[in-house]
Amino acid sequence: MYPARFEYHRAGSVEEAVALLGRYEDDAKLLAGGHSLIPLLKLRFAQPGHLVDIRRIPGLAGIGEEDGAIVIGAATTHAMLQRSEPLRRRLPIVPEAASQIGDAQVRNMGTIGGSLAHADPAADLPALMLAAEAELTAIGPGGSRTIAASDFFIDLLTTALTPTEVLTRIRIPVPTSGTGSAYEKYPHPASRYALVGVAAMLTMSGGTIARARVAVTGVGTHPTRERAVEAALEGERATDAVLAAAAARAVEGVDLRSDVHGSAEWRRALAIAHTRRALARAVARAGDV
Amino acid sequence: MTRIALTVNGTRHEHQVEPRTLLVHHLRDTLALTGTHVGCDTSQCGACTVLLDGRPVKSCTVFAVQADGGEVTTIEGLARDGRLHPLQEGFWQAHGLQCGFCTPGMIMAAYGLLRDTPNPTEEEIRAGLDGNLCRCTGYHNIVKAVQLAAAAMGVPADRAALSGGGQDAASTSSPATAATR
Amino acid sequence: MATTTAPGRLIGSSVRRREDPRFITGKGQYTDDITLPGTTYASFVRSPYAHARITAIDADAARALPGVRAVFTGKDLADGGVNAIPTGWLLPDLRTTDRRAIAIDRARYVGEAVAVVIADTPAGAADAAELVRVDYEELPAVASAMEALRPGAPLVHDDVPGNLCFQWALGDAERTDAAIRGAATVVRHRIVNQRLIPVAIEPRASLASHNAATDELTLWVTSQNPHVHRLIMGAFVLGIPEHKFRVISPDVGGGFGSKIFIYPEEVVVAWATRRIGAPVKWTAERRESFMTDAHGRDHVSDVEMAFDAGGRIVALRVSTVANLGAHLSLFAPAIPTYLYGTLLSGVYEIPAIHVSVRGVLTHTTPVDAYRGAGRPEACYLLERTMDVAARRLGADPAELRRRNFIPPERFPYQTAVALVYDSGNYVPALARALEMVGYDRLRAEQAEGRTRGRYLGIGISCYIEACGLAPSQVVGSLGAQAGLWESATVRVHPTGKVTVFTGSHSHGQGHETTFAQLVADELGVTLDDVEVVHGDTGRVPFGMGTYGSRSGAVGGTAIHMSLEKIREKGKRLAAHLLEAAPEDMEFAGGKFFVKGSPDRARSFAEVSLAAYLAHSMPAGMEPGLDATSFYDPANFTFPFGTHIAVVEVDVDTGRTTVLRYVAVDDVGNVINPMIVEGQLHGGVAQGTAQALWEGAVYDESGQLLTGSLMDYGVPKADMLPSYETDRTVTPSPVNPLGIKGAGEAGTIASTPAVANAVIDALAPFGITHIDIPLTPARVWQAVRDAKGRS
Repeated sequence: MYPARFEYHRAGSVEEAVALLGRYEDDAKLLAGGHSLIPLLKLRFAQPGHLVDIRRIPGLAGIGEEDGAIVIGAATTHAMLQRSEPLRRRLPIVPEAASQIGDAQVRNMGTIGGSLAHADPAADLPALMLAAEAELTAIGPGGSRTIAASDFFIDLLTTALTPTEVLTRIRIPVPTSGTGSAYEKYPHPASRYALVGVAAMLTMSGGTIARARVAVTGVGTHPTRERAVEAALEGERATDAVLAAAAARAVEGVDLRSDVHGSAEWRRALAIAHTRRALARAVARAGDV
Repeated sequence: MTRIALTVNGTRHEHQVEPRTLLVHHLRDTLALTGTHVGCDTSQCGACTVLLDGRPVKSCTVFAVQADGGEVTTIEGLARDGRLHPLQEGFWQAHGLQCGFCTPGMIMAAYGLLRDTPNPTEEEIRAGLDGNLCRCTGYHNIVKAVQLAAAAMGVPADRAALSGGGQDAASTSSPATAATR
Repeated sequence: MATTTAPGRLIGSSVRRREDPRFITGKGQYTDDITLPGTTYASFVRSPYAHARITAIDADAARALPGVRAVFTGKDLADGGVNAIPTGWLLPDLRTTDRRAIAIDRARYVGEAVAVVIADTPAGAADAAELVRVDYEELPAVASAMEALRPGAPLVHDDVPGNLCFQWALGDAERTDAAIRGAATVVRHRIVNQRLIPVAIEPRASLASHNAATDELTLWVTSQNPHVHRLIMGAFVLGIPEHKFRVISPDVGGGFGSKIFIYPEEVVVAWATRRIGAPVKWTAERRESFMTDAHGRDHVSDVEMAFDAGGRIVALRVSTVANLGAHLSLFAPAIPTYLYGTLLSGVYEIPAIHVSVRGVLTHTTPVDAYRGAGRPEACYLLERTMDVAARRLGADPAELRRRNFIPPERFPYQTAVALVYDSGNYVPALARALEMVGYDRLRAEQAEGRTRGRYLGIGISCYIEACGLAPSQVVGSLGAQAGLWESATVRVHPTGKVTVFTGSHSHGQGHETTFAQLVADELGVTLDDVEVVHGDTGRVPFGMGTYGSRSGAVGGTAIHMSLEKIREKGKRLAAHLLEAAPEDMEFAGGKFFVKGSPDRARSFAEVSLAAYLAHSMPAGMEPGLDATSFYDPANFTFPFGTHIAVVEVDVDTGRTTVLRYVAVDDVGNVINPMIVEGQLHGGVAQGTAQALWEGAVYDESGQLLTGSLMDYGVPKADMLPSYETDRTVTPSPVNPLGIKGAGEAGTIASTPAVANAVIDALAPFGITHIDIPLTPARVWQAVRDAKGRS
């Protein structure tokens, strides 16, 4: 496995990375942990002439808190998410999901920014970003802008980022008290990508579900917010019947994949079963608060 | 070509490399450390696992230039002063290997596992080694090997060997500043 | 767990392995670890089509790249005197195929080599390979054997009409037909044994170097049988005399059958090194392994098993279509015939059996032996059918099996499909396995679970395996183009140290330990006094290699025979030195002594030295102390046992979890229990994987859809349980060591055990069969369909 030749640039700052992207345009790719990109380069499915390494840009990796939100640098590795004490306390669904990405070695190199920008349809974190209503900050030639997660994932391997933008940070609001969350994943036995991954965040109030945010990854071209499921939950009591009825509406309208690993109908069943389980666990955890 | 400096098993090396050179090829072909193996193209098998700055990574999915300034430990650097590491002893004692090809990567992955989880349950061991494939052992004796190592390292002196000085300090050392452009 | 044991008691002890220190310190030496001065690197251009005419190859741009030494095509090889890769097992009326190392004119499967680039660096070779322009005219392809048999199907080879490579049958057809007609119950079904991809973790590799001064060619290659490689490549493919051709198989990272065969790439590097005057190395990328390592299994079988009113099997009729791929790999014709049909009696008394097999060519990767090779297909077919029968007859699956076992007093047992089983005692293994798993309690737990939607399954498999390939005369009469003996030379040095040269090859099996245990015990020396050499035709005189669980039973016996010769000569020499009669001498505890006078003795080392000093020898005795033996077994050996899997199936998703796995095996006598257990563990993992996750899938155009470890489900640690194992011991009378063989038993037994468990779990839905692999999608679909029916 030998990638085609490329020129390597180690960016010292986001601005430098943006400038390099501007200079080489379509012929440049960003390199952070490299765990989405390098396999493609090795198979020569991608042959960019320039790689811009942003992994060591000062300040691009790290987890902090500000104004009721957790802020995560784009170059933060999955392993850092997994071990982060602030996340474990404030947003336990993030370490829960991060710990299920790939494997231990992958998590030591792979980054949250890389995963989101690559937008693999079976990646774990995109579902989480949707359910958690994250805001993503990108810096481009014209400066910085913020993109809601719900506007970020557009299609297969396609995001709202322009070719000259660098995703720099992810801001996730800390849920209000009474919120329980869960990430339920069915990993592909070989690749460990999600055949289905369901992120659920439910806020309970006086025995009813005040707010529901549910998103699914792995079954279609890109992750989806499950608004029908959410609507079936909000204002209802969290009985098994309610959860099951809500879960049954998962992936409605999604163009489900069908391939060598299974049919679209099976994927629907997987999504429903895992949605139900995610909801049940989220409810139970909300009760813990 | 790009100039890189790597500290490998405690020895500093500087080399000119093509940017496309994978860390595993640099280790095997340039530094002649052939204990680290290549078993797949897609980052699944884990045979190429080494420690980069103290943590296991798949050296087939890291460019040598990315590791510039870092500290790398390969299977060849695990034994100290002629004494096998408890993981090496464990794999030997528990028959945790057959053909031996996955073994270096498996041991380096287990090293990372025990660093984070010194007394793992069987389930934690199995989950912690999910980045490594073995086709010979069915994993049964690998689990036992890691359990033996964990027990041996429970002894304070040996714990120090795992989490103390040497290349492990790399995890807190700052990267060297060799320019690459 | 390894133990240490006093000298003289090594056989039967779990001595920890002597090969391990190099592996656990990264000092193993695998083929790709070897680089010679001036080594160049090969990269293959491969067909992206399953079937295409190669109309033009333009390599000008590749040749122009700096560092490129050569580009060769199939025509260059043919013009250079490279012959087709032959088939090593000929059946009557077999239609062989002209298999070229590099395709000429036509490519017949995705991944078949159409050109090779050789360059100074591996990356440079890959760059240049990308620049080779091949013009293809895509032709219709067929991937499924059933489709390939249809009239009008695309032909894989024009000279093989109907893609039918052979038709083979065994057993008494008339008697079988009559018994089925008169039976009380006949279970009929079609079952598929899916295609598997071996995935040894070390990819195949080869390195060739030609010494112009001596005209000697050396090939390092990932081989399970270097002497076989030398013979076939030298004599048939390259035309190089054996005495000028050395094949070295250094440390090999797993084989599982896939490294038995002669592959195109090693032919190319061995030929090309002389052409370009530099060493040439090739190492497979994993995607190449998926496309080009010989695949395994791939059967579709129609089965009829007939029972009398008492639930005893009266007949079995099997008709199998075996997919052979695009070319006949080395032993391909033997696998779905003599290694399959002959095992269809299993552990059961079946008075009438008839099996017919059609071997079919398709536009897919060639199929050959993969761990078990024919025997897993037979075992799966029988054991799956036994479970279907048990359900049909309302019998407990354990009881139905017990009722049909060959009773111990019937051994040696002549089956209805040619084999004579050496020894067996099947009930104790079954009873022990049932006891270990807590069968009755589990059945109760299963019944209770079902009442609240928990679906536990218990799957039993009682297997038999034929090991110790095999009497040369017999296999010769059946079509083998080689003898299947094994050889060993034991060389005692003047100091009493011992070097053993064995023709068996270790690629994980631990021969350097087990064979040393044998030698140390039989010569009364320590393990440290013994060196075991294997895998080098330049050092080991002859050998047939390691496959078919033959190394202990056949290779071990050859060593044992040489040790006997050493002891005999030693006795005669010691008698001479002690002025005693040779018939009065004994050998024990590392000493030759006069019976009844243990003080009148010479140590093994003293006698060794005396043999080389030759100052005083009996009349007619030659100096020196070494012996070579060739052991040709009188029969196969037949290990057996019972495996039980316990699973839980999540019917909402179709996902299966293996909760427990119990294995009770009888592999005869055992040299190193730890190593034998390890072999069984690994086998169980591979067989479980066939039941649940692994399967090669081609689309209709012949594209391999499961061509990477991203898609093909090789199990990881978190997908498998720990195994609960035990053994019974029924020594084989075939060889003096009483060894039966253990390398494949786990694979053979576990696929039906796990599959039966999953289908047992689904009994409440009326499901009696689902084809393997029992992936979540398949299981979910079966449950859904069953719910739809009810």
